[in-house]
Amino acid sequence: MGKKEIDDRFKKFGTVSFTSTTKVNDFMDYLEDGKVMASGCGKCGQTFFPPRADCPGCLSDSLEWVEVDRKGTLETFSEMKFGPVGFEEDLPYTLAVVNFKDFKMFGRLADDIDPGSVKIGMDLVVAPNRLKNGRINYVFHRP
Amino acid sequence: MGKVGIIGVGQSHFVRTYPGSIKELAFDAYREAALDCGIESGRIDASIVCSAPEYDKQRSPAGVIAEYLGLNPQPTFYVETLCSSSSTGLKLAYSLVESGLHDCVAVIGVQKMSEISSAESQERMGRGTDIQWESPFGTMMPAYYALYARAHMDRYGTTGEDLAQIRMKSSTYGVVNDKAVFRKELTMEKLTDPESKMAGPVSSPLRVGDCCANADGSSCIIVANEKTAKKISDKPVWILGAGSATNSVNMSERDIFTGLTAAKTAAEQAYQMAGIKAADVDVAEVHDCFTIAELMAYENLGFAEPGQGAELIRNKETYKDGRIPVNIDGGLLSKGHPIGATGGSQVRTVVLQLRGEAGEMQVKNPEIGLVHNIGGVGLYGNVTILGR
Repeated sequence: MGKKEIDDRFKKFGTVSFTSTTKVNDFMDYLEDGKVMASGCGKCGQTFFPPRADCPGCLSDSLEWVEVDRKGTLETFSEMKFGPVGFEEDLPYTLAVVNFKDFKMFGRLADDIDPGSVKIGMDLVVAPNRLKNGRINYVFHRP
Repeated sequence: MGKVGIIGVGQSHFVRTYPGSIKELAFDAYREAALDCGIESGRIDASIVCSAPEYDKQRSPAGVIAEYLGLNPQPTFYVETLCSSSSTGLKLAYSLVESGLHDCVAVIGVQKMSEISSAESQERMGRGTDIQWESPFGTMMPAYYALYARAHMDRYGTTGEDLAQIRMKSSTYGVVNDKAVFRKELTMEKLTDPESKMAGPVSSPLRVGDCCANADGSSCIIVANEKTAKKISDKPVWILGAGSATNSVNMSERDIFTGLTAAKTAAEQAYQMAGIKAADVDVAEVHDCFTIAELMAYENLGFAEPGQGAELIRNKETYKDGRIPVNIDGGLLSKGHPIGATGGSQVRTVVLQLRGEAGEMQVKNPEIGLVHNIGGVGLYGNVTILGR
């Protein structure tokens, strides 16, 4: 009887990750493949971001992955001049909420977007973003 | 179903670093509340301890604090809803008393944030949001409220100067509150001049002056059923309404970024329970962890229409002599914000106002008071209505 392997793929998410085990760990494999995914409920069809393994509406656990491959609009943002412990080297960065109609996403704007040009309502798309030490997250780009 | 009254209130001085243990800190507020109503500890038949435990080295603080306060062998209960812990504790105390399970309950809010470094504390506060999907992007409390400030400015034309005006009001009253951390009067120049430290950027559009500071502190509210309250106190203040609601922790699940829906829902519940309208409120304490939070509270509580909150501060209607005085004790911005103690401190201020004992902070003859206490980024919302 060997030691059971723990699926901790999520530990690579973001600059610092605070959790490693989740039923939606496949999200990380999709990110590595260049895709940002939301989850849909296979039974009632509701779409979720963040992705979730369990549907609170119909209690189903039949999860389907749905690629976020369309345009959204910037709902709000904030440029950070201070960061928490572990994020100092990322500064400055801009946190944002983007509205994709069926769902919204929280994340960061891509570093190549000039903060002075950012406007609520602007079109954005989301894509995986490679970080240092094999880590990965996603950021919002101009289409 | 009888009434539930507040018979004793107390709070410690809010300070940057308390030179004692959490139980000693809790005792400071308890002593003041017990002396306030002249109650003997044997009359208190349960306690509720409210704090955010991630700041403590002590595991399970409730039992340790109950012992130090001399409240053994009565039961003690531990309550946590981040920054709204002690107003949640008050609501549970109301339930315990109103149900007849207990006659007299002490609600003790306490937080010694200085047990850990400021950076560690910021990091823990960031973890009051979703640690799986949001914290890995580098979140902090100011950033979340900044998302709301940005959206409010974009939608309604609210300005950085409007927010600075809220801090100005806070400092006006912080000066006269001897329990507050910040007691210096600020100027608009200090808050808006780019060269000034208070105007330095934190998370755009919020600046240093828009944010409250960590503090160590404690609060205590003693509640009793109608019979006991009238026997012990000649000036009980009655809990007329107690509304509570939640919202998603994830920003991606939020419908709007111009107000806190948990606060709005809690307010509607509290007004309905008390049988009053927003216009009936004579004095209010609102959760101004950031200036934008006070402005949104004006709107969520119905003191102003959505988008009109800035008009209230521009016209000084929330000053002591205004139409609806708000945070006349300096609020969190001047008092400091010791997480678990904050709600109880707000309740204490409103109780003193309703008793006519608020000294230099006294509003003219208030009959109905309101406390708006928020946990997380509108994750938890409690609105409590008090009356003479």
